[in-house]
Amino acid sequence: MAYDAVGAILLAGVTLYAVLGGADFGGGLWDLLAGTTAQGRAPRALIDESITPVWEGNHVWLVFDLVIFWTAFPHAFASVMVGLALPLWLALAGIVLRGSGFAFRKELTRLSTQRAAGATFAFSSLVTPFFMGTVVGAIADGAVPADATQASLAAWTSPTALLAGFLFVAACGYLAAVYLVGEATSRGDRGMRVYFARRAQAAAIVAGALSLAALLELRNSNQLVFDRLTGRALPLVVVAGVCGLAVFALLALGRPRGIRVIAALGVAAVVWGWGIAQYPVLLPGTSVTLSNAGAPESTMVAVIVVFIIALLLVGPSSALLYTLQGRHLLGAGEHAALPAAVPAGYRGQPGAGSGRPHSPPRRLPGPAIRSAAFGVVMLAAVIRRLRRR
Amino acid sequence: MLDVAAQVVPARAQMATTLGFHIILACLGIALPTFVLLAEFIGLRRQNGTALLLARRWSQAMGVLIAVGAVTGTVLSFEMGLLWPGLMRRYGSVLGFPFAVEGLFFFLEAIFAGVYLWGWHRLAGWAHWWSGVPIAVSGIFGAMSVIAVNSWMNQPGGFTESDGRITSVNAWQVFFNRAASYEMPHMILAAYMVAGFLIAGIYATGILRGRRDRYHYAGFAIGFVPAAILTPFQILVGDTAARSIASDQPVKFAAMEYVARTSRQVPEWIGGVYVNGNIYAGIRIPYLDSLLVGFGPGTRVIGWDSVPPTDRPPVVWLIHLAFDVMVGIGSLLLLWGLWAAYEWWRRRRLPPRRLFWWAGAVSGLAAIVAMECGWIVTEVGRQPWVVYQILPTADAATTNGGVLTSLTLVIVLYAVLGVITIAILRMLSRRWRRGEAEAPVPYGPFPAPPDRASTSPRDADAGKAGR
Repeated sequence: MAYDAVGAILLAGVTLYAVLGGADFGGGLWDLLAGTTAQGRAPRALIDESITPVWEGNHVWLVFDLVIFWTAFPHAFASVMVGLALPLWLALAGIVLRGSGFAFRKELTRLSTQRAAGATFAFSSLVTPFFMGTVVGAIADGAVPADATQASLAAWTSPTALLAGFLFVAACGYLAAVYLVGEATSRGDRGMRVYFARRAQAAAIVAGALSLAALLELRNSNQLVFDRLTGRALPLVVVAGVCGLAVFALLALGRPRGIRVIAALGVAAVVWGWGIAQYPVLLPGTSVTLSNAGAPESTMVAVIVVFIIALLLVGPSSALLYTLQGRHLLGAGEHAALPAAVPAGYRGQPGAGSGRPHSPPRRLPGPAIRSAAFGVVMLAAVIRRLRRR
Repeated sequence: MLDVAAQVVPARAQMATTLGFHIILACLGIALPTFVLLAEFIGLRRQNGTALLLARRWSQAMGVLIAVGAVTGTVLSFEMGLLWPGLMRRYGSVLGFPFAVEGLFFFLEAIFAGVYLWGWHRLAGWAHWWSGVPIAVSGIFGAMSVIAVNSWMNQPGGFTESDGRITSVNAWQVFFNRAASYEMPHMILAAYMVAGFLIAGIYATGILRGRRDRYHYAGFAIGFVPAAILTPFQILVGDTAARSIASDQPVKFAAMEYVARTSRQVPEWIGGVYVNGNIYAGIRIPYLDSLLVGFGPGTRVIGWDSVPPTDRPPVVWLIHLAFDVMVGIGSLLLLWGLWAAYEWWRRRRLPPRRLFWWAGAVSGLAAIVAMECGWIVTEVGRQPWVVYQILPTADAATTNGGVLTSLTLVIVLYAVLGVITIAILRMLSRRWRRGEAEAPVPYGPFPAPPDRASTSPRDADAGKAGR
C-alpha cells in the first residue's frame, strides 16, 4: 500500500516535470525555429519572458523525481543509471547547457555572443527531452535488466526508444506552443497568438502521429505493456487523444480559453497511462516491482511524509509564483527599468501589445505548415522502415 | 569485462571536479541571498539609495549564479547514480531521505528566487524584501540536508541491514547522525564566510584601484562585517569538529595530523610532506597534538597503524597539507578581522594601510581555498570507504567503462562554464561602473514592456541612486 502510494508520488512528480519543465524545453524548440534575428524577435521575447521566472522552479521537479526514484526504488534506479548511462549523460549535458545558455543570454549585450548563448540554449533544449525520451522508451520497452552491470547501446536505440525520444521533443514543443498561445492571449497580442497557434497545431499533429507510431511499435517490442495500454489503461489513452483533438479544434476555432489546462491534461494522461500499463512492475521484462526494489517500508513512510510537507509548502508557493507571473508582475533585471533600455520603435513591436499590421506572424504560418508537413512525411517514412524490420 | 577498480580513480576525480565547482556556487546560493537581503534591508530602512542599488546589482549577479548552480547541482544528482550506482543500490533508501528534504527546500529556493529576482519592478519595497526571506531560510535548511548525507557517510547509522538488504530506516537518526552536529554548522558558516569575503574582496579590489567612494565602502562593509564576525565562531566549530573526528574517525584524524603510531605526547606538525615514514620541511611542535585532542600532553592519540594498510587513506600528505592550509587561512582571516575591529574601536575607521586592502582583495579567494581544502580533508580522509567502515569506494563505483572520457569532457565543459560565468560577472560590473543604460538588444528579447517599467516610482528612485 505504502509502496503504491510512493509509486503514485513518483508518477505525479514525473507528470509535473513533463507538463511544467517540458514546456520550458519546448520554448527552446520554438526559439530555435524562430528564424533570423529580426524575424524571431517577437516570439523569442515572448518565450523568454514566460520562461524566465519559472524555469528553475520547474526544473526542481526533475531533481525531486530522481531523489524519490533512488530513495524508494534504489535497485531499479541503479540498473537504469548503469544500463542507460549514455543517454542520461547526454540529457545531463543538455540540462547544463540549456540552463547556463539561457541565463547567460540575458546578461550578454553583443549580438554575436547573444546568438551563441541563445543557440546553445535552443539546441540543448532539444537534446535533453530527446534523450530522456529514449530512457523512458527503453524502460517501457523492457530493455533494462534487473541487475544491469554494463551500459547497453541497443537498449535505447531500439525503434520504441527512438520514437519515444522524438515524441518527447514533439510533446514539449506542443505544450510550449499551447502555453505561449495562452500567454499571448493574456497579453492581448493577437500576432503572437496566431503565430503560436499554428505551431501548436503542427506540433499536435506530429506528437499525435508519433504517439500512435510508438504505440504500434510497442506491440512488437513489448506485447504486455501494449496489451495493458489498450486494456486497463485504455481510458487514459482515450482521454489523451480527446484532449489533443480538443486543443486542435479550439485552436482552429480561435478560442484559446482553457487550452493550457486541456493540453497539460492530455500529456498527464499519457504519463499515467504508461504508469498504469506497467503497474506494479518498475522495469518491464524483469521481476522488479514497486515493493521489491530495495527499500524498506519505513523509507516509504518517510517519503510520503516529506511529500505531504512538500505539497503544503511548495503548493502555495508555486501558486504565488504562477499568479504573479500570470499577472505580469515579474519583469527582467535591473537594466530593464531604465527607459533608455528600450530601443526606438519598440512600442511598434507586437510584444508591446499594439499589433502593427507589418508584424511578422502574417507571413509565418506558411513555413510552419511546411515544416510540419515535412515532419509528418519524414515520420511516415521512419515508421514504414521500422515496420518492415 | 572491465576492471572495476580501474573506474574508481576517474570516478572520484570527476566527483571531486563537479563537487568542487558546484560547492562554490552552493556557498553563494546559501549565503548570497542573506547579504542581498541585508543590503536591501539597510536600503529600505534608512532610505539608503546606495545600499538599495547594491542589493539590486547583487541580485542580478545572483540570478546568473543561481542558474549555473541549479544546473551544476543537477549534475551531482545524476552522478550519484551514474558514477556511484553501487552506493545507491545498497544505501539509496537510507541516504535518500535527507536528499528528499533537500529537494523540498530547493523548490522553495527556486520558486522564491523567481519572485525575488524578477519582482524588483512591480512589487512594493517591503513585500519584495519578504519575498527574499524564504530563499535565505531554505538555503540554510537545504544545506543542512545535503550535509546530513555527507555526515551520514562519515558516521553511518539509523538503519538495519540483513543479507545486504535494508530492512528498516530511522529517518531522524539518519538525518541527525553523529557527525551532523559539527559538519552542518561548519559548512554553513563556511558558506557565509565565502560569500561575505568574496563580496568584500570585490569591493576591496575596487578601493585599491582608487575607487574610494561611498558605494565601494558600503559594498565592502556589507560583505566584510558579517563574515568577519562569523570567523571566530567558525574556528571554534572547526576545533570541536577536529576533536570529534579524533574519536569518531581516528584514521582520518591521524592522516590530518601525521600520527603514524598510536602513542601519547604526540607532536603537532605544521606543514611538511610525508614520504615513506619521513616528514620533510615540517615544523614540529612537541606535545601540541595531544594537548589539542585531550587538553593534556599525556593524551593518547590513535595513529593509522591501528588499521591495516589497505584501510588507510591514500596520499596522507594531501590530507595533512589541505588541513593546514584550511586552518592557516582561517587564522589569517581571523587576524585580519581583528585588525579591522581594533582600528574601528580606537579610531572609528577602517585601516587605511594598503596591506589591509590587499588582504581584503584576496580574502574571497582565500575563503574558497580554505573551504575546498576542508572538503579534501573530509572526503580524501574517509577513503578507502565511501560509507565509513561499511562500503568501500571501489564497490560503489560504476561498472561502466568510459569514465575517463566523461571526466575529460566535464573538465572542459566546466572550465568553459567557469570562464564565461566570471566573464559575465565582470561584464556586468563594467557596465554598472560606466553607469550606462542597457545597450539596445537587437537579437534577444526586450527587457520589459516599456509602458509600466518607465512609470514605476521605485525605478525612478533607483535611477537617482545610480547617479
